[in-house]
Amino acid sequence: MSPKEYIKREPLMPQPATNFIPERDIHKSPVIECRNLGIDFGGLSAVSNFNIAMGPTEISGLIGPNGAGKTTIFNLLTKVYQPTHGTILLNGVDTHNMTPAQVSQAGIGRTFQNIRLFKDMSVIDNVLVGLHYQIDYGLGTSIFRLPRFFSEEKKAREKALELLSIFDMADMADTKSGSLPYGAQRRLEIVRALATDPCLLLLDEPAAGMNPMETEELMENIVRIRDMFQIAILLIEHDMKLVMGICEVIGVLNFGQLIAKGTPDEIQSNPAVIEAYLGKQKEE
Amino acid sequence: MSFLNYLVSGLSLGSIYAIIALGYTMVYGIAKMLNFAHGDVIMVGSYVCFFAMMRFELPPVIGVLLAVLVCTILGIIIEKLAYKPLRSAPSLAVLITAIGVSYFLQNSALLLWTSNPKVFNSIVGKGSVNIGALSISYVTLLTVGICVVIMIVLTTFINTTKMGKAMRAVSEDKGAAQLMGIDVNKTISMTFAIGSGLAAIAGVLLCSAYPTLMPTTGSMPGIKAFTAAVFGGIGSIPGAFLGGILLGVIENFAKAYISTEFSDAIVFGVLIIVLLVKPAGLLGKQVNEKV
Repeated sequence: MSPKEYIKREPLMPQPATNFIPERDIHKSPVIECRNLGIDFGGLSAVSNFNIAMGPTEISGLIGPNGAGKTTIFNLLTKVYQPTHGTILLNGVDTHNMTPAQVSQAGIGRTFQNIRLFKDMSVIDNVLVGLHYQIDYGLGTSIFRLPRFFSEEKKAREKALELLSIFDMADMADTKSGSLPYGAQRRLEIVRALATDPCLLLLDEPAAGMNPMETEELMENIVRIRDMFQIAILLIEHDMKLVMGICEVIGVLNFGQLIAKGTPDEIQSNPAVIEAYLGKQKEE
Repeated sequence: MSFLNYLVSGLSLGSIYAIIALGYTMVYGIAKMLNFAHGDVIMVGSYVCFFAMMRFELPPVIGVLLAVLVCTILGIIIEKLAYKPLRSAPSLAVLITAIGVSYFLQNSALLLWTSNPKVFNSIVGKGSVNIGALSISYVTLLTVGICVVIMIVLTTFINTTKMGKAMRAVSEDKGAAQLMGIDVNKTISMTFAIGSGLAAIAGVLLCSAYPTLMPTTGSMPGIKAFTAAVFGGIGSIPGAFLGGILLGVIENFAKAYISTEFSDAIVFGVLIIVLLVKPAGLLGKQVNEKV
């Protein structure tokens, strides 16, 4: 079933204040909404009762100690795992029973904690794989090299180069992606995810392994991408400077439960968060 | 001069192996499975072409096209019914299933067409081109020519079209490809279709050069082509091409200069030596297992 066949629901009502949607997004329907989302592996509940709603141009962060279930939530959103509880609404459409490919086509793009580029393929081919669904020609057209094949391929190539130039990577288009320096590989992963034309971009530890200068640049780029493409971005990150610097809303996860949600200031002074990270203070 | 003659017939045999090996290597690269039924798809293709030409007296071109069509559909059906339900099963289960499908096809052919060998008329005339003492038959010319064309078309397809790129992406990282919006099932299905279509062409060429057609016709060339694919580095398309050609030439020289009976033993001996020295095959990539 193609994603388009799913029933569109009515736009949701403005979110209550507890959902911390930035003011500019208040009267728009959320791009993603999770209701009581959860997954059990055998008897172990990895994530439970996860509720969020994100505005269409919101930058949110997901933090928490190692093993708290952050990446699991990304895997649930992209249907790498099928949730055992709850509902995910993407632009008001229930993604139940969708495959990862269909969710990607419906508008969720993502990067990976450990880089998963197609290392044997060139930089531009990686981006073209991201554009796959938007390139419009059939098998016959490509075998018989009809004019449509060339026009579509040319269009796709131009689009790919345009996306690469956001990160000043257009001149590396024909390099093998596996031989790029680490930072460039991370950037290419973001470009490839953007190529899938997402309305929600999931970044899994985008700053991992970067030096402070590169992180600074990445922060600017994330905000720039949001402004350019007008999309929502949800990121997992351990670098507090990045999270506190650009996220408008932060969710804190511990043992698969959302223990706090709020603006960076609220999160920094939240006793439950401090406890999760540093342990309980000894009573005098 | 006889050396050149042996070389040419080795190239011809090698081209057939190469075309079959392409099917093995593509399927392995993308679905990470060994499709041992591939050899029997060759046999089915040959029978289809045989009946089209002999029984219905259709022109050879139509016969070949029909064989390609039937095998393409057969490949897709085999994948859908036998392999797709095992997508997440251990590889041993898939391997056994593939052997099962192979026997199923052979025995179906036995029931349908009996074990009597059929004499396959070459799809091109019996003539040959003579250059000095070197004589090259039309079948040889056609076989080598088709092999080169297939190689060029396939390489172009894989490198320049969006389906080709999707295939490369799936073969490298199925999970990541899926998350980029690529329908993995459709891509695997297409790979089987292409591989089986090529098998039909190989079958017709094989039977044009060696005109006996039986239900077991496909199994030995199938195994040899699989060897060729491993020889060249399984998963690699140029590897299959190189492995196939080399295997054909080695086999023919072994037959000519050493012993006809031992030729197969020599071929597999060479494979063993190559794998001892280069475990990933000639053009295969060394996979570093993460510890």
